[in-house]
Amino acid sequence: MNFDNAYLELSKLTKSYPSPEGEAVIVKDVDFKLRKGEFVTVIGHSGCGKSTILMMVAGLSTITRGAIILAGKELTGPGPDRGVVFQSPSLLPWMSAKENVMLGVNQVFFTAEKVEREQIAEYYLSLVGLADAMDKTPKELSQGMRQRVGIARAFALAPKMLLLDEPFGMLDSLTRYELQEVLIQLWRREKITAMMVTHDVDEALFLSDRVICMTDGPEAGIGEVIEVSFPRPRDRKAVMEHPDYYKLRARLIHFLEVKAHKHAPASHSPATATVPDAEAATIA
Amino acid sequence: MPLLEIKAVSKGFGPAKGRTEVLTDLHLEVEQGEFVAIIGYSGAGKTTLMSLILGLQFPDEGTVLLNGEKVTGPGPDRGIVFQNYSLLPWLTVFENVALAVDQVFPEWTAQARRAHIEKYIAMVNLTPAMQKVPSELSGGMRQRVSVARALAMQPEILLLDEPLSALDALTRANLQDEINRICQEEKKTVILITNDPDEAILLADRVIPLTSGPRATLGPSIPITIPRPRLRAQINTNYDFKQTRCEVVDYLLKARRRDRTATSMKLVLPDLIPEDLDAPRNPFGQKRRPRRRSEERRETVEVRV
Repeated sequence: MNFDNAYLELSKLTKSYPSPEGEAVIVKDVDFKLRKGEFVTVIGHSGCGKSTILMMVAGLSTITRGAIILAGKELTGPGPDRGVVFQSPSLLPWMSAKENVMLGVNQVFFTAEKVEREQIAEYYLSLVGLADAMDKTPKELSQGMRQRVGIARAFALAPKMLLLDEPFGMLDSLTRYELQEVLIQLWRREKITAMMVTHDVDEALFLSDRVICMTDGPEAGIGEVIEVSFPRPRDRKAVMEHPDYYKLRARLIHFLEVKAHKHAPASHSPATATVPDAEAATIA
Repeated sequence: MPLLEIKAVSKGFGPAKGRTEVLTDLHLEVEQGEFVAIIGYSGAGKTTLMSLILGLQFPDEGTVLLNGEKVTGPGPDRGIVFQNYSLLPWLTVFENVALAVDQVFPEWTAQARRAHIEKYIAMVNLTPAMQKVPSELSGGMRQRVSVARALAMQPEILLLDEPLSALDALTRANLQDEINRICQEEKKTVILITNDPDEAILLADRVIPLTSGPRATLGPSIPITIPRPRLRAQINTNYDFKQTRCEVVDYLLKARRRDRTATSMKLVLPDLIPEDLDAPRNPFGQKRRPRRRSEERRETVEVRV
């Protein structure tokens, strides 16, 4: 794999907190590179630190050691160059869907005319399927629709990167399927580099180019990186019927059920602690 | 004769003007001992359908027949497990179950009732927590109490209205396995309402999609022929599981798409480049001009509403 053109680089990324028993290390020495336009998912058990990594990239959590470089610049805090979609959409309840999106747009495009800023908000809200619900407030929208606003809000900033923290975790399975499609269509259109945290194996396989499997914390790290090369644009039925789909699915589940627990007494020799990149399956 | 028969049922809410038709022309027959899963989007009218079977609401048109007789109200012949546990918070697990048993079997001796209650609490593996009140139990345990309460009434038909939706994935998997085991042991007739295709396929003999509302109706029923006992791990490897899963998910997604009218819209995306917010807003007293790419994007997009 050629990484000369790494767009996002995590280097020796470590997060720890002081605790009475000494330093509590959550995430340790994570090295990873994302290419421009790539969709990467981070999967792992709850509490393994996958969201911590994403929040460090977002600039919402401080970095203890190591660095994050986005498009050649080291990140030092939050900024509108990274659009974040949270698990709950976190909309301001007294503002309409459009006003919620405009909040960020007005900042990032402050030099533009109001008409143009409104066009941006309307464009993305229409693409996520809310053309006729732009003037509704969050309480008039269903949970799924609110999350659509969250997605539109992130894209409308024209960010360099999209960061998604279990964006569909709170939705029922069918709504989740629908929103995955909304997201992937928009992602294809904008060709934006994306990093998503999830614990849904099917979601990871349907959306991503690569899946990072995290080992359990404390001192969580990357256990395995799995290449997912179903042809794009992906149709859910075609993906599910692809001969490799259930192989990859089984592999991910096996990782989560067995390998993720790196501190388990049975499975531990240094040789299995780090799985070399070459072992990552490449599916043509 | 089927145990439960729903014939040409329609149900709507609201005044004549601005009325919402939730369910239209619903047909369903459930045989004795069958496990049927109805799967649909939230808001499709799944719970309305459940209320009609329970006799908590009545259809505008058509009839709901249980054992050939018209349903005229709720009764202990239909046990229900709701999504929220609906337990009385000041009563213990035992007392919550006793509440149902005392109502349904008043002619039994106190001793017989007690043994009966304990049997069902044991069935859901809650014997150690029998004297606890709901606030001392986890979500999964509370839902077990609900299941025990419904089963202890020995209903002819067990209705499960998204019983596991509020639980986390692991607890959900455990309870699915338990419901599976209990239903096989008890040979119950069950109607499960869910929005999880995996859950439906794992548990049911038949999966019926409910198209999304308004005017929701039941789609063709998909028989699940996978032999029992069904193991969760097989979902990954068993060919039938995969096929059925594809079929169910595909039907629901397509139905949803059909329901929405596609309209072409002219949308404009200005060719603006995001501003660097760290740079001064008015350098040298000059107003900053917007930076642009070569051309703005004007396009007609098909939008479904």
